[in-house]
Amino acid sequence: MKAQKIKRVDLIFDSTSTKEVLVKAIKMKPEEIIQEVLDSGLRGRGGAGFPTGLKWKYAASEKGAVKYIVCNADEGEPGTFKDRQILEDAPRKVYAGMAIAGRAIGAKQGYIYLRGEYRYLLFKLMEELVFFHSRLKELGYDFNIQFRMGSGAYICGEESALFESIEGRRGEPRNKPPFPTVSGLFGKPTVINNVETLVYTVEILDHGAKHFKEMGTSDSRGSKVFSISGDTPKPGIYELELGMTVERFVEEFGDGDTKAVQVGGASGFCVPRKKFRETIIGFEGVPTGGSMILFNSSRSMYNLLHNYLDFFDEESCGQCAPCRVGCQQLLQGVVSVKAGEKDSRYLDELVKLAKTMKIASKCGLGQSVGNAFRTIVEHFREEIIY
Amino acid sequence: MPDQEKLVKELADKHGRKREFLLPILQELVYEKNYLTDESMRYVAKELNISAADVYGTASFYTFLDTELRGKYVIRVCKTISCSMKGKDEILHVICDTLKIDVGETTLDKKFSLLATNCIGWCHKAPAMLINDIPFIELTPSKVTKILQDYIKR
Repeated sequence: MKAQKIKRVDLIFDSTSTKEVLVKAIKMKPEEIIQEVLDSGLRGRGGAGFPTGLKWKYAASEKGAVKYIVCNADEGEPGTFKDRQILEDAPRKVYAGMAIAGRAIGAKQGYIYLRGEYRYLLFKLMEELVFFHSRLKELGYDFNIQFRMGSGAYICGEESALFESIEGRRGEPRNKPPFPTVSGLFGKPTVINNVETLVYTVEILDHGAKHFKEMGTSDSRGSKVFSISGDTPKPGIYELELGMTVERFVEEFGDGDTKAVQVGGASGFCVPRKKFRETIIGFEGVPTGGSMILFNSSRSMYNLLHNYLDFFDEESCGQCAPCRVGCQQLLQGVVSVKAGEKDSRYLDELVKLAKTMKIASKCGLGQSVGNAFRTIVEHFREEIIY
Repeated sequence: MPDQEKLVKELADKHGRKREFLLPILQELVYEKNYLTDESMRYVAKELNISAADVYGTASFYTFLDTELRGKYVIRVCKTISCSMKGKDEILHVICDTLKIDVGETTLDKKFSLLATNCIGWCHKAPAMLINDIPFIELTPSKVTKILQDYIKR
């Protein structure tokens, strides 16, 4: 059976009129907006994949006059750069998505948390925002957006760490529950969505839930913007229908010598060539916030693993011991094994440590360090040792 | 009133004195003065009525809120995987050679600091670096030499 080609999609960067969508949203009841997003099957595009409509529904059901919409533009996952492009090319859609989410849950204030690395975008984004605010006023739409900047901390992409940062503190994740929809920014019910997710909600209102739902698979509806880099003849940003296998992906984007694909960045999974055919890119297989990095056979997987562990060692916030000490030990451990100071069986101990980190770490960072670690060590053990 | 104290006061007037404005104030201080001095952090603490330790504790959490001396132009070369694969080492060598400093150091004239940083979101146009806010992408040794020469003349 010949598998179908990867379908290119053009929603995120299309010429949707945000004004028309906003006019449409004003005419809809909040419950109707939420129902439309629920019906679409849209799941969060930042990587975690929580159903967006459900998040909105939970926040809408909370009592209280003050609620917030937060746009997570702290795109820091290695290999991800699509949110930067969306903010650069379609900022009005991002703002419109926030305003629509605000109407859906009853929030009048929105914050965009933009990573410090993207500060160069701020001037243009502010100009666009002035225009957007005046348009909202014209439409009689009561919603305001403010920018807050990050300052080079990967962990602030974690939602509760991001709230801490906006509140002026160290970006250390909070315990959950309570979840943000109950107690988020400034302790108020908050919806926090990724940049891309917000834009998709605009597209869903524009084109209808059905159009979106028809694409993808039952677990991964719709399309997704991928950030493709590494050993590929065509690196860049591509909006693709979800549900493809890694094999199809590699046929399209590989350089003919792909030995592994890292799906989901440093906190994602390493898929080796022998697993390409059976692995689906999506929530039923390997999920990704968009990061797809290809490696050809000239690459040392030890270098890859070392680079990731070095990244986590630096970016762990240090609050909880499993992650803080775990990241250090994993990094030192693979260096020792490589240097022959430790027996190769020590790698098994490290895998156990990575599993412990998954259970014992407080937030998604520590919990996902083991993803890349385990998959790389499992599939490329000899490259780590020799 | 010392220059730094005046600036901190102005920033507190502009943003506000609530805790949530600590980061915007510190960010703008770094933007104006390249890094946070102990003195400036004490002024911020005074304006916001919080402890200086709290200000330092918060600032030191964030990589871009430098609490050590930094030059006028802070060069941050991305060292994460895609840039690493596409030759960031070579780029770092050229910069070190040209500016006669190592990673983590600042030139004697306090004009340049060189740092290695984690993913800056230009993986498809690697290798990449930031000079202050401005991204420079698809770097080659000759391209980076030219960029540095431009900055040296400024």
